[in-house]
Amino acid sequence: MNYHVRSRSRRVSILMSPKTVPEKPDPTIQFQNVTYSINGSAHHTIVSEIQFSVRSGQTLVLLGRSGSGKTTLLKLINRLLVPTAGKVVVRERSTAEWDAIQLRRTIGYVIQEAGLFPHFTVAENIALVPSLEHWDAERTSARVDELLTLVGLDPAQFGSRRPHELSGGQRQRVGVARALGADPPILLMDEPFGALDPVTRAELQREFNALAKRLSKTIVFVTHDLREALLLASRIILLEKGRVVADATPQEFPSIDHPEVRAFTASLVPLPGIQA
Amino acid sequence: MSAWRFFLEHRAEILGATADHLTLVMIAMAGAIAIAVPMGMLIVHRPTLRNVALALASIFQTIPSLALFGFLIPIPFIGGIGRRTAIVALVLYALLPILRNTYVGLTGIDPAVLEAAEAMGMTQSQILWRVRLPLARAVILAGIRTATIITIGVATIAAAIGAGGLGTFIFRGVAMVSDAVILAGAIPAALLAIAADLVLGWIERRLKIC
Repeated sequence: MNYHVRSRSRRVSILMSPKTVPEKPDPTIQFQNVTYSINGSAHHTIVSEIQFSVRSGQTLVLLGRSGSGKTTLLKLINRLLVPTAGKVVVRERSTAEWDAIQLRRTIGYVIQEAGLFPHFTVAENIALVPSLEHWDAERTSARVDELLTLVGLDPAQFGSRRPHELSGGQRQRVGVARALGADPPILLMDEPFGALDPVTRAELQREFNALAKRLSKTIVFVTHDLREALLLASRIILLEKGRVVADATPQEFPSIDHPEVRAFTASLVPLPGIQA
Repeated sequence: MSAWRFFLEHRAEILGATADHLTLVMIAMAGAIAIAVPMGMLIVHRPTLRNVALALASIFQTIPSLALFGFLIPIPFIGGIGRRTAIVALVLYALLPILRNTYVGLTGIDPAVLEAAEAMGMTQSQILWRVRLPLARAVILAGIRTATIITIGVATIAAAIGAGGLGTFIFRGVAMVSDAVILAGAIPAALLAIAADLVLGWIERRLKIC
């Protein structure tokens, strides 16, 4: 409820204010010694003793191989998962104390393949959280148009389409617009560009960078692609087997002396005739 | 006596029996849908109830239809001779395809869509009504279509316990050893089934989301 009221007063539009001033300088997301095991069993520990915090406005990239626990960390933030030990603090409250529904409505979520609702139009998809928050029709449709424009889609042309009438890149744009629906301060992105062709991916990465600068959201971005991490991050955390093995800025990252970092930087070296 | 002449001479009677048959089927289907669809929605998140409900519905379907009609006759309130008993039996018979398709439709949804819905802060009941149900419509209707066709066939047997309908001609024809009389029941029943299949198939295609 609290957030709802605040978002109303702040809604003067993300387009007009180039940087939303964070209300508190404090870290927006904190992992305090977090361990997560499936069914609490130590044999199925996915991530262990995770400790880091994300400042508001930062774009944190969680980098790692498949199965390193990146997505698990993301799901711990919006309480799709609850830590087995330790706690995740989001906006000064532990996720265990947050009402899951309230918490999630203040956190945008973008996944690979977008996960758009196939029975909704593009406009209805983007209007999902506003509709859950009972915005009136006029405000909602203004917001939908604003967001479509923001992600580079013409509202008149795309608003009434169904997701299956879009290309992969367009679907992903709509996915981002939907996540921004009610102007959440935090955005979680789980390999959002992973299923796109390389050309479209590069295009969306560039636009994402511009967008991230403009919106000053706190963004946690999961990828297994070092190139993408270096391009988008203000900070990179590298995970290996559920543990943090490196935490650095994109500038520092490549020179870190750690075998997993070297494994990733080695993956960047293009083979003759083949693009990474 | 040729079948054709029998048809012409008894057309009013055949038409009346067809109407009775259709009424019987429609009442039974309305009952089965009213039970099976909500039940399917209920078992999405309840594994124990799911096993019980699906097992029960399967058991009803394994009982030979004539036996099911027979079993119901002595049961008080719902039993006895006549249409009411027949409708109860037909409802029990139609439950399984609808229940199973409702459950499969509601749970066979792209996991990415469900994950997105949950992560955006939809409650389980909002997900059920606004995501699962609309996306399952075509599959649920396919179950209703199967059940309807089965019911149209099984309903002919209902005549054995005095429920009327097209089965009256079939049983009479068997007793008289007359193909013409059997066909007077069988052909309209087959036509009803084909018509139901076409109409429901058409609706099903319209509900599909590409």
